[in-house]
Amino acid sequence: MAISLVGAPRFTPVSSEWSDRDRWGAVRARVGNFRMGYRVEPGLYALGNPDMDSPVFASANYKLSFDTLRRALKDAACWILVLDTKAINVWCAAGRGTFGTEELVERIQKSRLDEVVRHRAIVLPQLGAPGVQAHVVEKQTGFHIRFGPVDAKDIPAYIAAGFKATPAMRRVRFSLRDRLILAPMELGQSLMRYPAFVLAAFLLAGVGPRGVIFGEAWTGGWPLFILGLGSVLAGSFLAPVMLPFIPVRAFTAKGWILGAAVNAVLLHGARLAAGMDPFLLAACWLFFPAASAYMMLNFTGSTTFTSPSGVRKEIRISLPFFIASLALAAAALVLWKLKQWSLL
Amino acid sequence: MRYLANTVTLAYDPLKCTGCSRCVEVCPHGVFEMSGPSPEGNRARLTDRDLCMECGACEANCRFGAIRVRSGVGCASAIIIGALRGTEPTCDCGGSGGAGSRAGGCCN
Repeated sequence: MAISLVGAPRFTPVSSEWSDRDRWGAVRARVGNFRMGYRVEPGLYALGNPDMDSPVFASANYKLSFDTLRRALKDAACWILVLDTKAINVWCAAGRGTFGTEELVERIQKSRLDEVVRHRAIVLPQLGAPGVQAHVVEKQTGFHIRFGPVDAKDIPAYIAAGFKATPAMRRVRFSLRDRLILAPMELGQSLMRYPAFVLAAFLLAGVGPRGVIFGEAWTGGWPLFILGLGSVLAGSFLAPVMLPFIPVRAFTAKGWILGAAVNAVLLHGARLAAGMDPFLLAACWLFFPAASAYMMLNFTGSTTFTSPSGVRKEIRISLPFFIASLALAAAALVLWKLKQWSLL
Repeated sequence: MRYLANTVTLAYDPLKCTGCSRCVEVCPHGVFEMSGPSPEGNRARLTDRDLCMECGACEANCRFGAIRVRSGVGCASAIIIGALRGTEPTCDCGGSGGAGSRAGGCCN
């Protein structure tokens, strides 16, 4: 509900409290495509009866970003200027330039911020900095940019210190908690491909010179289904969660090591390898750890510290390894089938 | 946490630095610090280049042009898809790209 006074700047009152709906939205945004399009209207919001001297905080119009900010601001009377970032969070939008210089300048002018407040300062989330050239905004609008802390929950301490962030507040971290929050998303994305894998393994195990035999497909296939789940678990859950404790830097290597560990436990610990043809066993060793490695390579997109140059380098180095693993696994599978059909 | 060593494109020219300390303010990984008073003046200096994730915040906010870094999308699937399509890497990876929260990086 926007308050409109004739001729006066428009803004929307908002509370720092979360409703059940906000809480449920925050959960849903972590697990699926619900987060796409989880948005608030761009514009100016008033939290806790602000006046002309109240501070101004900028945010993205991804609702979880906005909700996190207003919850952190709790007892402060302030203005929140929401930029149109196409429902994308601050950091990502800054990388794309939608949380950017041009949008900020336009939003300041559209909301007539210079009539709403007497001072000339806006606090931006620090992670908006890749998209916003502070000196350009200052030149074009007269508003001075202060970069606030990385994490919204540090804002009360930042305000209390006279709008000064400690070095610790300026650091992005990637804690165990952060990684655990990401884990369901990673698992979900990998598991979307699991049915296709199961189908392929089932057909492969059952296929013979006279077509697919169901009994053989099942008895030969089920160990592969379990190994597939194991590689997903290793590459999309264990490796991301244990990230800093795996003593190599390349993500492909991290994923391969954990994939191989899980593979070893399942094949030899749980004895899935018992009675398995040596060619099939070789294919399992070639394929499943490499699959975990690939999943982990994709986790670079979810971390807070990998550089594009580094990822490019890693892809360049690991691509031949992936191709070789797949080709050798395919060759081993062909030999296994030929042997099974008594053609070898 | 550090990623691959000696890989990032970050280049810093201390001769152009005026000591405004914006880079120290915007860098999320503490790659810059102020030298403190010295014969050359209080300038920024690098702490550990390997901590840089090439987000580009420092370059965008150095009005004196002292910092250069090739920033971009640091996500493997974005780079692979970009390479296959012959375009720049984009976050638009199969409908899952980037409406993230603050738990992780971009694709989340």
